[in-house]
Amino acid sequence: MSSAYFPHTEGDIRKMMERAGITSPDGLYADVPEDFIFKREFDLPDGMSETEVRRRFDALAAMNVPLKVFGGAGAYDHYSPSVIPYITSRSEYLTAYTPYQAEISQGTLRYIFEFQTMMTELTGMDVSNASMYDGPTSAAEAAMMMNACTKKKSRIVLSGSLLPQVIEVVRTYCGYHGLALTVIPHKDGTSDREAMIADVEKGDVAGIIVPSLNRFGIIEDLDGLSDAVHSAKALMTVYCDPSALAVLKTPGEWGADIACGEAQTLGMPLSFGGPYLGFLTCRQEYVRKLPGRIVGETKDADGKRAYVLTLQAREQHIRREKATSNICSNQSLMALYATVYMSLMGYEGLKEVNRLSSVGAHWLHDRLLETGKFEEAFDKPFLKEFALRSRIEPERLQHELAKAGFFGALPAGDDLVTFCVTENRTKAEAVALVDAIRRMTI
Amino acid sequence: MKYYDKLIFELSKPGRRGYSLPSGDWGDGEIPVPESLRRAEAPKLPQVSEPDVVRHYVNLSNMNFGVDTGFYPLGSCTMKYSPRINEEMASHPGFTGLHPLQPSETVQGAMTLYASLSSALCTLTGMSAFTLNPFAGAHGELTGLMIMRNYHNSRGDTGRTKIIVPDSAHGTNPASAAVCGLEVVQVKSTPHGTIDVNDLKPLLDDSVAGIMMTNPNTLGLFETEIREIAELVHAAGGLLYYDGANMNALLGKVRPGDMGFDIMHLNLHKTFSTPHGGGGPGAGPVGVAAPLADFLPAPAVAPDGNGRLEWFEPKNSAGRISGFHGNFGVLMKAYAYILMLGRQDVKNVGPYAVLAANYVKESLKDCYKLPVDSLCKHEFVFDGLADDSSDVTTLDVAKRLLDYGFHAPTIYFPLLFHQSMMIEPTETESVETLDAFIDVMRKIAEEALTQPELLKTAPHNTPVRRPDETAAAVHPVLKYNFQSAEQ
Repeated sequence: MSSAYFPHTEGDIRKMMERAGITSPDGLYADVPEDFIFKREFDLPDGMSETEVRRRFDALAAMNVPLKVFGGAGAYDHYSPSVIPYITSRSEYLTAYTPYQAEISQGTLRYIFEFQTMMTELTGMDVSNASMYDGPTSAAEAAMMMNACTKKKSRIVLSGSLLPQVIEVVRTYCGYHGLALTVIPHKDGTSDREAMIADVEKGDVAGIIVPSLNRFGIIEDLDGLSDAVHSAKALMTVYCDPSALAVLKTPGEWGADIACGEAQTLGMPLSFGGPYLGFLTCRQEYVRKLPGRIVGETKDADGKRAYVLTLQAREQHIRREKATSNICSNQSLMALYATVYMSLMGYEGLKEVNRLSSVGAHWLHDRLLETGKFEEAFDKPFLKEFALRSRIEPERLQHELAKAGFFGALPAGDDLVTFCVTENRTKAEAVALVDAIRRMTI
Repeated sequence: MKYYDKLIFELSKPGRRGYSLPSGDWGDGEIPVPESLRRAEAPKLPQVSEPDVVRHYVNLSNMNFGVDTGFYPLGSCTMKYSPRINEEMASHPGFTGLHPLQPSETVQGAMTLYASLSSALCTLTGMSAFTLNPFAGAHGELTGLMIMRNYHNSRGDTGRTKIIVPDSAHGTNPASAAVCGLEVVQVKSTPHGTIDVNDLKPLLDDSVAGIMMTNPNTLGLFETEIREIAELVHAAGGLLYYDGANMNALLGKVRPGDMGFDIMHLNLHKTFSTPHGGGGPGAGPVGVAAPLADFLPAPAVAPDGNGRLEWFEPKNSAGRISGFHGNFGVLMKAYAYILMLGRQDVKNVGPYAVLAANYVKESLKDCYKLPVDSLCKHEFVFDGLADDSSDVTTLDVAKRLLDYGFHAPTIYFPLLFHQSMMIEPTETESVETLDAFIDVMRKIAEEALTQPELLKTAPHNTPVRRPDETAAAVHPVLKYNFQSAEQ
C-alpha cells in the first residue's frame, strides 16, 4: 500500500523528474557515493493502516497499569480543562513554525505575550521569556544566566532541598559549561541558610538556587536571604511551582533576581513525563541576558497593534557562539496550554485548586500518621505534598502500594517518603490508600 | 485571515469565571498556610467565562498560518504534513495519566514504546543506540557534544577543547558548542558550497574534539567529500557529529552511521512529522555508534534479564539532561508515523523530498539567482532575484509571498550569501501545489521589475502589515500594562 501522505501519481513523478533533468530514480542521489546508498531492508514492520496502529497502541497501553496518583516529585496530577486540547489541537497553532513571519503569526505571538504577562504576575518578576523545555533545564539556564550577569563569577550554589532531578540537570550543565557547583545539604528539610550565606560570602559565587516549594513539599521561608546574597554581589534564583504561587509568597517578594521552574502544574497531563513546560522570569535589568524567545508589542505599518519576536540579538541564530543560550525550538504549544489554563482558572480557580489540594494533603498527612506506620519528618508548613519517615522499607512500600492501585510513597532519601494530594483526588480514594497501608506489615 | 485586536486581559470582568472544580469531599477548610508565607496581592489573571476563552483563542488562531493552512517552504525546518493519527495516539488515555516516576512494572507499555522507537531510529540511521530524552534539536546537539567530551575525557584525552563547525552551519551548532564549553573553530566552504577539505586539514590536531556537520548542508548540497573528512577527523582522534536537521533528504536512502558519523541527533518535529507547535514541543533524540553507547544520558531503557524493561544509568553516562525521559507525547507521535509508513514507504520519504526540491529549483532558476547550480537534496538556496536592477530584496519577496497565501522561505540564512532564500518543499506537497508556488514566485519576480513599490510595502492582505521591529527592540513592551488600561 502506498502511503496516504505522498500525493505523487506516476505521471506526477515523470513530470517532476523531467523538469528536474533527472532520468532515473537513482539520479536523485547521484552525488552520494554508491556504497553509502542503503540497499537492504530496514528492521521495521510493514506499513500499517490506522486501525492497526490503534491496535498496536491499545496493546501497549494494556501493558501499563493505571494508578491513583498520590505522588508528585516534580509532576502533578492536576485537573486539565476540556477546552485546552480543543484549542491546542487547532491546526493554526499546532502546525505552525516559530513565528518568524510576524504578519501571519499574530495568533502565536499574542498568546506568548499573554503567557509572559501571566508568568510575571504569578512570579512577581518584571519580564518573562516564551518558555523553556522543562523545570530542571530552566534551572540550568538560570545557573548559566547568573554566571553571565555577574561578570562571569563561576560558582553556583544549590540548596540540597531542591528536587534531585533539578540538582542533577544543573550539575550536568555546569560541569560542561565550566561552572563549579556546590550543593549545600538541606537542614531539617529546608535550605540551610547559614551555610549557604557563609559559602556565598567567599566571593566567587555567581548565584544561588533555592526552592519555594521544596522536594519534601515544604514551603521555604526565604525572608532576608536575598539581602545576604546581594551583599556578596551574587544573585538569587527561586525554583517554583507557578500554580502554588497563586497563593504563596512570590520570588519577587522574596527579593529574587530570577525565577524558574516547572509549569506542568498549569493544566498539562502527566503524560509519562512530557511534554511539560519550563519557564524563566527575571528582573528588568537582566532582560538582555535572558535566554530563549521573547515577544514584544509594537505597531505595524498601518499603526495597528502588532506583536513580534524581539531582542533577538541575544539569540543563537544571530549571535551564534556568543548567544545567551543555544535554545531554539522550545515548548511553545505548552505555553498555550498554560495560557488557556490560566485564563480559564483565573486567580479564584487557582486558589481553589490550592485549597482543595492542601486541605486534602493535610487530611492525608494526619491519617497516615495515625496508622502507626510513619513518623513526622520535619513538622514544617507544606502545601499539597509532604514527607514522612516510613517504618516500612520505602521501596517495598511503594511497590506494595502499586499492587493496590496507588502511586505514592516516593522514596526521598533515608527512610523518607513523599505523598501528594491534588484536587483530582477524592477523600474516598484517600481513605482507600490509608486502608491499604494500614493492612501492611512493618 | 482576519485581524482581531483583543488580549485576554481586555475581556476580563470581575465575577466571571471559566472553571469547574470538584469538591472532592474535602470540606470548606481554609488553605493551611501561615500568613508570612502567603503573597500579599492577588495575581492579575483574567476573569473570563469559558465561551469568552474559546472564542478568544479561536479568533487568535485565525491570524496564524500552519502547514494545514497552506504551503510552508521554510528551509531546514521540514514543514511536512503532520498526520492526525499521531495526535490521536499521543492523547491515548492509556498513557496520558502515567506518572513519570511510576514503578517500572506499571509502565511496561510506555517503556516498550520508548525502546521500540529507539530501535526504529537505529535501523533508519545506522546508529547503535539512542536516547530519546533531549527535548529539541539544539538540546540534542548539546547532549551529543556532552557525550563527545565525556568520551575523550574518559580516555584521559582531556586536551580536546575545540570543535570544528562549517561556516554554513545552523546557528545552534556554535551556540550548543559554547554552552558545552567548547571553543568553536570555523571551517570554510568551497565556492561549490561544500566543506573545503584543504581548509580543514590544518585545523586537525589533538586539541580537536570533533566536527559538527549537516549533511546535506544548509545549501541543500550533499557533502561529497564526507568519506575523506571522516577519515581525516578520525585519524586526528576526533569524532563526527551529525546535525539531523536535514535528515529528511536522506531518510530511507542514506544512513549517517554508514557515512562514518559517531554521534547524531534527529528532529522528530521535522523528519518524523510531529508538528512544530509554533516553536515546540519537539524532540531531539541522540544516536551513537556502538563504542559510545555507555555514554548516553540517564535514564536509559534496557531489558532486565527477566523479560522486563528497566531504567538504568549508562556506565559512563554524560549525566542527566532532562527532568524525566523526554517529551514522551512527541515520541508517541513519531512512533505512530513510523508504524504508518513501515519499512517500504519510509524509503520514499527522502527521494520524494529531493525530487520536489529539484523540481522547484529547476523551475525558478531563470528568475532567481542560483549560486550553486547543481543537483540539490531536500532544499536549495537562491541568492535573491536574477535581475537585481530594482532595489527589491529577499525580504520584500518573502513578504509578497504572504499576500499570495504562501509561507515565506527561510531568509538571510545561510550567511554565505547576502540575499539567501532557502526553500524546502518536502515530500507531502502535490505537484499542483508546487506549480502554484512556482507561478507565484515567477509573478513576484516580474512585479519586482514592473511594480517594485508593491513589494517594498508588502504584505497587503495579512492581518497585520510589516511590524516596526526597531521600535519593539528599542522600547521593549514585554507584558500587558494593566495600569495604562485602567486610565
